[in-house]
Formats: sequence, C-alpha cells, structure tokens
Amino acid sequence: MANEGVNHGRRRFLTATTAVVGGAGALVAAVPFIKTWLPSAKAKSAGAPVQQDISKVEVGQMVITEWRGQPVWIIRRTPEQIGALASLNASLRDPESKNEEQQPKYAQNLHRSIKQEWLVMIGVCTHLGCSPKFHGEIKPEPFDAQWKGGFFCPCHKSRFDMAGRVFAGVPAPTNLKVPDYHFVDDKTLVIGVKPEGAA
Amino acid sequence: MQPSRIDRAVADLQEWFNYRAKAFGPFYRKHMSEYWAPKNFNIWYYFGSLALVVLVNQILTGIFLTMHFKPSALEVAPGISEAFASVELTIMRDVEWGWLVRYMHSTGASAFFIVVYLHMFRGLIYGSAQKPRELVWLLGMLIYLVLMAEAFMGYVLPWGQMSFWGAKVIISLFGAIPMVGDSLVEWIMGDYLPADATLNRFFALHVIALPLVLLLLVVLHLAALHEVGSNNPEGVDIKKVKDANGKPLDGIAFHPYYTVKDLFGVGFFLTICAFVVFFEPTFGGWFLEHDNFVAADKLVTPALIKPVWYYTPYYAMLRVVPDKLLGVLTMFGAIAILFLVPWLDRSPVRSIRYRGWISKLAFALFALSFIWLGKIGAGPGTDPVETIVGRVLTFLYFAFFITMPLWTKIDSTKPVPERVPAHD
Repeated sequence: MANEGVNHGRRRFLTATTAVVGGAGALVAAVPFIKTWLPSAKAKSAGAPVQQDISKVEVGQMVITEWRGQPVWIIRRTPEQIGALASLNASLRDPESKNEEQQPKYAQNLHRSIKQEWLVMIGVCTHLGCSPKFHGEIKPEPFDAQWKGGFFCPCHKSRFDMAGRVFAGVPAPTNLKVPDYHFVDDKTLVIGVKPEGAA
Repeated sequence: MQPSRIDRAVADLQEWFNYRAKAFGPFYRKHMSEYWAPKNFNIWYYFGSLALVVLVNQILTGIFLTMHFKPSALEVAPGISEAFASVELTIMRDVEWGWLVRYMHSTGASAFFIVVYLHMFRGLIYGSAQKPRELVWLLGMLIYLVLMAEAFMGYVLPWGQMSFWGAKVIISLFGAIPMVGDSLVEWIMGDYLPADATLNRFFALHVIALPLVLLLLVVLHLAALHEVGSNNPEGVDIKKVKDANGKPLDGIAFHPYYTVKDLFGVGFFLTICAFVVFFEPTFGGWFLEHDNFVAADKLVTPALIKPVWYYTPYYAMLRVVPDKLLGVLTMFGAIAILFLVPWLDRSPVRSIRYRGWISKLAFALFALSFIWLGKIGAGPGTDPVETIVGRVLTFLYFAFFITMPLWTKIDSTKPVPERVPAHD
C-alpha cells in the first residue's frame, strides 16, 4: 500500500471514530442479550405471597413452607429457647440485629419477630445458600458443648441461635433473613406481605 | 517402468489440491513432520496429548448425550425433574448403551482434571513457564479456568441434589462481591434460586459456548507452543545446537516419533479409564457423588455438601477462612496466582534436575498442601483441628508462590549442559 501523501491525522480520526461508534453499537446491542438472563416475567410472578395455617403447630415445632422457591421456617419457640437468647449476646456477631437488610424494622428486636413466640425466617444460610438444620433442643452438640438451641449449617458449619442470629467465628457473615410477613389472625400467617402500617 | 494410471491419478489429485491449498503442506510440516520436539521426553510428557484425547472423548460422548438429555427442571413426576429423569431413567436405563456413553462422559470429566493437574505440575517442576514460554502457560491457565466452569455447569445438568446445591453454593460465591453481589446472583440464576432458567442456560453454555472457547484456546495453546518449541525434562534449549539444515540435533520429528509414543500412552490410559467406566463408574463417590443420584430438592440440603474432588483444594480454603468475602477472595486468588508463575519463577535454570534442595522441598511442600487441602475439602469439615491444619496449608500454598521469586533466586543450581546429556 502506498503511504505517500497520506493524511495521518485524518486516518487516525477515522480509525478512532469507527472504533468508538462501533464499540458503542456493540455495547448497546449487548444489552438485550444480557437482559435475557434476568428473571423472566413468569419467574417474577411465581414470587407471590403465600399463606400458612399455623393453628396446628405445637410449641417447639417447626414447619417449613415455600416462598419464592426458598424454604421459610415457621417455628413456635419454647419459653426456654426464648429465655436463652439474651445470654448468647456475647458470642454473636450481630446480637442487636444492626444489619437492617436482614430483617424488616418490625422484627428488629431481641427475638427478631413480630410475636415473641413465633419465629419466621428464610431458611437459607447467609454464607452460600445452603439450608441449615434445626437443632432446637438445649443440649450439648458435637459442634457446640454449650448449645442453647438453634441452627447448624451442614455445608460450612455456620451456627445460628433460636432467633437466627449468627455466631461469631463462622463463615456466614450475617444473621438469617427475616422475610416480610404478618398475622391475618391467630391461625393464619402470610409471608411476603408486611403488616398494615409497618414501614 | 511406466507410471500406472492410478499413480498418475493420485499425482493429479495432489497437484489439484496443492494448487488450491498451498498453505497445507507447510502447515503440516510445521506442526507434525518437521516440528522438532526434544528427544528426551519422559512419562510426564504424555499428559498434554492425553488431555487432547479426553477433550475429543468429551465432545463425542457429549454430542450423543445431548440427543437424549432434556434441560428442564419442570416436574414429570412428584419431585422428579425432566432433566433428572432424562439422565437417570432415559439415558441410564432406557437408551441402548446410554449408560456407557454417560459413564464415559462422567469418567472423562475426572480424567480430564487428573491429566491436566499432572500436565500443570510437569510445567511447574521443569520450569516450562519460563521465558520464552510465558504465553503457553497463560493460555494453558485460561484453558484450566474455562475447564473448571465447563465441568461445574456439566455437573449441574443431571439436576440431582448435588447439582442443585452445588449450583446454589457456587453461584452464591458471586454474592460476596460488594454492592452488586445480590443482583449478580439473581442475574446468573435468572430466578431467585437455581431453577429451570438456570439449568437451561447452563446447558447452552456447557454444550455450545464454553466448548467453542475451549477449542479456540487449545488451538492457541498449541500454536504458541509450536512457535517457541517444547521444553524437556533437562530444561535444555535444543534450538541452541542445530545441524546444517537448521534442525536441532537433539530434536526429533513429532510425527512419527511422538505420535507413536503418545499412542502407547493413550492405550495405557484408555485401559485404566475403561476399568473405571466398566467396574467403578462412580469411583466410590469421587467421580459421581452418591447424593447426585437423588433428585434435586430445593427445601432439603444434603447433610454433607462437597464439590467433586477436582475443586476440593479450593473449597477447603473457602471453608477454613472465617469470613465470606475473604474466603471467596482466597479461593479465587489461589487460582489467579497460578497465572503469575512465569514471572515468579526467577531461577536461572528450568528443570528441577538442576535446582537445589530448597526448590525440591518447595515443590514437595506445595504438592503436599494441594493434595491435603483436597482431602480436607472433601471431608465433613467439622473437626476444629482440621480447620487449623487447613489454614496452615492455605498459608503454605500462597507462601509457595509469593516467596517463589526469593527461593528460586537464592537456591543453588547445577550448570545446565549445552545438549541433552544422553545424546548420540
């Protein structure tokens, strides 16, 4: 190719503008393809609230329901389990639930629930998404000799107390998540909708 | 004697072909018949060609599996997804010889990592990453990276318990990224948990996108290698001493010499693989985990979650670090640091044969920590002593690389000869 009489400034300008315009076009064209990966309308609509009858749940019992494909635990705690909560504060990472993303405002208290007796929580470990196992009994466990009841994740050994508060020194960074929920009446719980008037 | 009509026809055909594809002859000579490979390759040099054999096996068996597999998490029976049924019922029981193709594919996955790990370790102890082969090493590491993604997505496809929970754990790793983590996880899964959308896109990536990338990288890896030439167990530069025609005196033609040698290795290797495929396809739960023969249940996590053996060293690191973000960074850092080996290795000699005791000890400690971490990552992880041991080993793993510029430099070396010692 003959290079005499070439206007280099013009050639550079054309190269740069072609690259910029082409690059911008490629970026914009990538958006629809990237967005195809977002949850589809169908997946989003499957995230509707669920209702649960709690009239048959005994003290100390846990029922598991499903919301947005995730296990939601509903536990009717024993007075002993509730009583032990305050004594654990020193060995927890976030005893006062200061991380506001992990529970709605109306559940930001010692027992992390609307009613002291009822614990409603998403049963998904905040480490890497496994579902921790329920070890409700207050008795020495292989993973903790002073066990006061709570949850133990089989995947990476994170431990949580009976309010879903994470122990210090385990891989999970935060307390278990409390979803929005409210009591329609004494027998019915709705998960996915906050109580009327709650922030 | 007059040339026969057939001879003439062959010659004509050759001429016809050469006129239209002039580059083919030189290409064949450059990469096969006149690619001068050092004549002193030992057993360690089988693993590159074996990796290629496994890749071909994965592609061929994979194509046949896609003919029966259904990438769908929709239920066909209570608790049984279409994907799980298509693997465990259709392919494993109904399709004639389907079990063989499937076990060849699943055994191939583990075999791939066995040969790749040995291939990488070979590169490490013989200094194959050193100048001028940095690009070869980098491309090889990219292959390793893509291979891990490819194997992970393949493991998700049967939609068993380990598929589902493995997917959940691995995708959640990206949730550790500050700010964008949670939306990124949702974007990768296309749902609020691993679901039909996740399975379907992993299938697309596993059978189309990543294999294409993998093939391209393999071509580039070989092209980069053939540009600079193969290293050898002595670390001698065979290009230094050439004959009048420019052929290295210690080099022999890749074809036929090494094609024949590699064929022997392939025969040996396939015999072992066939034993696994026919007699122990799950390899005691190491190649196919027992829990993955149970259909995925999104509400029940299996009691023991662990990845397949080839990820367990990194998984152990994730587990022994008591912080989510730091754990994830440690795990990815352990892989990322491998890319830097060409610049961390400052030894004036390549091969371990000419290095001193410090290097030999370092390589041994590194191999030990990698294998031991793998054992810890495959276990239940409840033992607090093991957690301490795991932290020490993680420290050793990183110390091996971070202090590599130091110990490769101060270590004593023996003089490297001009030519391969056992010549002519």
